[in-house]
Amino acid sequence: MLFKLQPRPQPSQRMVWLSPLLAIALMLLVGMVIFTLLGQSPIKAFHAFFIEPINDMYGLGELLIKASPLALIALGLSVGFRANVWNIGAEGQLTIGAIAAGGVALWFYETESLWVLPLMLIAGALGGMLWAAIPALLRTRFHTSEILVSLMLVYVAQLLLSWLVHGPWRDPDGFGFPQSRQFTESAILPIMLEGTRTHAGIWLTLIALVMVFVFMRWSVVAFQMRVAGLAPRAADYAGFNAKRTIWIGLLTGGAAAGIAGMNEIAGPIGQLSMPLSPGYGFAAIIVAFVGRLHPIGILLASLLMALLYLGGESAQMQLALPAAVSGVFQGLLLFFLLATDVLIHFRLTPTWGSKA
Amino acid sequence: MNADTVILILVATITAGVPLIFSALGELVVEKSGVLNLGVEGMMIVGAISGFMVAAESGQLWLGVLAGAGAGMLMALIFAFITLTLMANQVATGLALTIFGIGLSAYMGQAYSSVALEGIKSLHIPLLSDLPVLGQLLFSYDPLVYLALLLFPLLVWFLYHSRGGLVLRAIGESPTSAHALGYPVIRIRYLAVLFGGAMAGIGGAYLSLAYTPLWSEGMTAGRGWIALALVVFATWRPGRVLLGAFLFGGVTIAQFHVQGLGVDIPSQFLSMLPYLATIAVLVLISRNAKTIRLNAPASLGQAFHREVH
Repeated sequence: MLFKLQPRPQPSQRMVWLSPLLAIALMLLVGMVIFTLLGQSPIKAFHAFFIEPINDMYGLGELLIKASPLALIALGLSVGFRANVWNIGAEGQLTIGAIAAGGVALWFYETESLWVLPLMLIAGALGGMLWAAIPALLRTRFHTSEILVSLMLVYVAQLLLSWLVHGPWRDPDGFGFPQSRQFTESAILPIMLEGTRTHAGIWLTLIALVMVFVFMRWSVVAFQMRVAGLAPRAADYAGFNAKRTIWIGLLTGGAAAGIAGMNEIAGPIGQLSMPLSPGYGFAAIIVAFVGRLHPIGILLASLLMALLYLGGESAQMQLALPAAVSGVFQGLLLFFLLATDVLIHFRLTPTWGSKA
Repeated sequence: MNADTVILILVATITAGVPLIFSALGELVVEKSGVLNLGVEGMMIVGAISGFMVAAESGQLWLGVLAGAGAGMLMALIFAFITLTLMANQVATGLALTIFGIGLSAYMGQAYSSVALEGIKSLHIPLLSDLPVLGQLLFSYDPLVYLALLLFPLLVWFLYHSRGGLVLRAIGESPTSAHALGYPVIRIRYLAVLFGGAMAGIGGAYLSLAYTPLWSEGMTAGRGWIALALVVFATWRPGRVLLGAFLFGGVTIAQFHVQGLGVDIPSQFLSMLPYLATIAVLVLISRNAKTIRLNAPASLGQAFHREVH
């Protein structure tokens, strides 16, 4: 090998911030190679992927609509991730949150009231928390892996939604399509920006951002959770409550994902239908990592990931590439981030000239 | 239910267990070496589409199986490089591998969702296959089923009766001591991860070439995750992996037969069974924390660098 990894005496603070940028650059570089291999002009493809989707007001609005759930879920997950609580079932918690909120909307179908939306919000949060409470309970009582349980519950949640929109909640005038009735105005979030589809849900994301920021910066619980994540034995020794860490980590992620689910159905979709999300719950995991589990970083990462989604759609329309291309880019981004993270703790040193 | 139905269900159970046998036994070897690769689902689904594409283009089904194994290995190589050479977090890298694999497979398979393939046929062994009952129960499968069943004794022999297996397990228990004894920790972990990738790839290719010979997006439907759960269920013992795979095969098949018995349950609830069964089994096994702690390879999931330890 030409290079060798040498441990740094101290982790490099500079690389903590540089490695996400390096990862983005590498992702773009590999993207360019992929486009060239596919016989596309890389410049044209890049324009279609990264510029075209956001060169007008409507496009910017779409960017916010997609970034909002990603940031919201990632903020919730980051609380757990910092404590090594691996909730990877946010997609299922989003689905249950949407079901609970959608249930409220359908229950009050004939009611014109300002209370419907707040009720939907509470139902969404509780639904997500309920779904996240299952892995939390099983982990704290039976030591069951929260990774596998939260993931299995994604499939269960999606099947539950499928049953509802095919069966009891199917729109009687929907020509048999698997979807619920269109919600009435009381159950739809108001539009924030004229000429776009940007809805009031983005405020919820901004509130969550401030809350998580304050929680992580100033609360003792967050400090204890971080210690538990970094050094479980030290946390044990200091008498920090490990079970509380697991509960808080999972419930925060569940509540955030549930609210994101409510935002989707009360926002751009306006009804319960299949599928609800293009994998926001999984993409948010990447957002949390690329954002360094830090609220501001998560905000920036969510915008980038939202752009990847929009780019995928635009590449589909303009270049006849499948929209799944965005999944490839998202995966690449996380790979490169994890790979460049090595530079935080290690230095690359050339092996020539030194005694290897 | 008559005898014929029972035999039919048993045969279907065996075939449904086969993709799990491949991928879970592969992951077992990976975890025995101390590496936790959560990317099984991603490796399986890329194996499924790669195998299908090569088989559809070349007309050679077995070339497809090989392609599935190769694709799984390439995926595993990405994981190995990031976690073993660059020492990244194994949990996050495994998740990335799955997200990447699901996107990549959907992209690769775009043109193949309406392609029909004949699929790998069951063997017909003269005389044996014609035996009543036993013929159908034992001698009516496609060659990959027998390959999966052959893999099991080979793996048991390798892990517990060969020098290589001993070294592999030693590395999983204590990479530092194994390194001090002069064993190449990283190289052996690379080999284990690549083997796991090949097996997951074959497991995926079995789905798209034999089990249901077609390609549809997301067709692995969480089987990679169930394989991971199986390894925990088996407390890292190959015999119980095999048993568990058939158990889950049975649960998967049960959903098709419950309705046939006249029980009126919406299909979605029956489709939840394998996932709910996985959770239930995980709870049963994990409730005794000691079993897990005693049986899991001691260094599972930890990065190794010879100058840091």
